[in-house]
Amino acid sequence: MRKSITIVGASLAGLRGAEALRRDGFNGPISLIGDEPHAPYDRPPLSKKILAGDWEADRAALTPAERFADLNLDLRLGSRATKLNVDSQTLWVDGEPEAYQGLLIATGARCRTLPGTEGMNGVHTLRSLNDCLAIRTALEAGPRRLVVVGAGFIGAEVAATAVGRGVLTTLIESLAAPLERVVGNMVGEVVAEVHRSNGVDLRCGVGVTAVHGREQIEAVELTDGTIIETDLLVVGIGVLPNTEWLEGSGLTIENGVVCDETCLAAPGVTAAGDVARWLNPRYGELMRVEHWDNAVEQGPYAARRLLVDQPADPFTPVPWFWSDQFDRKIQLAGRPSPDDEIQVVNGSTEEHRFAAFYGSHGKLRAVFGMNRPRQVMQGKNLLAQGASWQEALAVAAAWE
Amino acid sequence: MRIVVDYDLCESNAICMDLAPDVFEVRDDDFLYVLNETPSDDRREVMEDAVRRCPKQAIALED
Repeated sequence: MRKSITIVGASLAGLRGAEALRRDGFNGPISLIGDEPHAPYDRPPLSKKILAGDWEADRAALTPAERFADLNLDLRLGSRATKLNVDSQTLWVDGEPEAYQGLLIATGARCRTLPGTEGMNGVHTLRSLNDCLAIRTALEAGPRRLVVVGAGFIGAEVAATAVGRGVLTTLIESLAAPLERVVGNMVGEVVAEVHRSNGVDLRCGVGVTAVHGREQIEAVELTDGTIIETDLLVVGIGVLPNTEWLEGSGLTIENGVVCDETCLAAPGVTAAGDVARWLNPRYGELMRVEHWDNAVEQGPYAARRLLVDQPADPFTPVPWFWSDQFDRKIQLAGRPSPDDEIQVVNGSTEEHRFAAFYGSHGKLRAVFGMNRPRQVMQGKNLLAQGASWQEALAVAAAWE
Repeated sequence: MRIVVDYDLCESNAICMDLAPDVFEVRDDDFLYVLNETPSDDRREVMEDAVRRCPKQAIALED
């Protein structure tokens, strides 16, 4: 039985893991190590309420200060794990070695950047609270125009928030529609319409070929030859898992920390959240899920996994996420794939209020909703049960 | 145990309804309704899960 637990990564997955151990009655020492200076905070408000200026930064705290003390954690903020050796069970923090008994890796991910923009003023990515506050300050300064590169979830949310603040905003997406990679073209076109009708200058099917400016960004040049003058650029082109510090650790690193179906990466080592790539038996494949809900679920699972020889059940969630853009709530449960059949089963795309099913090989694969939370949750249950396409359609037929 | 929802925070993601449909219901008007404000104590674990998994941290339990 392990007497102490070390958690690297003091964000959602790591903190929820620590809390789960305490809730279960684990009294041993728990170290929670994070490289950011802030107490653990929630990231979804960074592209919404805090960026909008509706919330001050402290409202994003994940656990109130008074409850934090009760957790009795050895909280080490501003400390970075730099190296690991699983054979000798040694972790290096800021270059200093220390032994661990059980280790949960929850180091998350970082933003991809646009080549040629390193160190250029006015160019931002959004992942941390400091990133958010820097963009907020720039928006408050009254930029001529904001250009957002990448209409994935972060980019689309930043564009929506900026337009809400009255900032002229251009959103650039290399695919034919926002979110297309995840939700497909038909649904992506509806999201495009939501953005355009709310005043976003959305340009799809174009990429960025060059960023002009020396110390300060001046313009971006697109693949169609257009030059857009701007003094503020937010790049939202995805993330990379933070695994560089694990090189030579003895763990398998392939687009994340590779884990078995119980989130175990090596004896006494588990991973959770954006950095974990585990075998989800529900899908029979290695998955890395960058969603808030996954971190909330996987953190506790992976922490508890360190205290048992063999857990009762593997970790088999149905992925789920939400995104708020303008007054629309977007939710997706499951795992759609590009060759899925898509059918609107409730509401209408014209009203921007609908639920759609994704299916293939006679099975329901995913459920999308725009302002249809009830239907998405019922769809999520169908996915958890492994419902067939026909069964799912029969349930949806009774919705109205 | 009493369920307290901060309706200024709630954005009807309906995760709570997924976990405990007999206690939480998001209706077609997109608003959350608490069907049972005082669930019995044997439901505590599920209620705590609803608190944790609410994306808006809009649910609290009072004893």
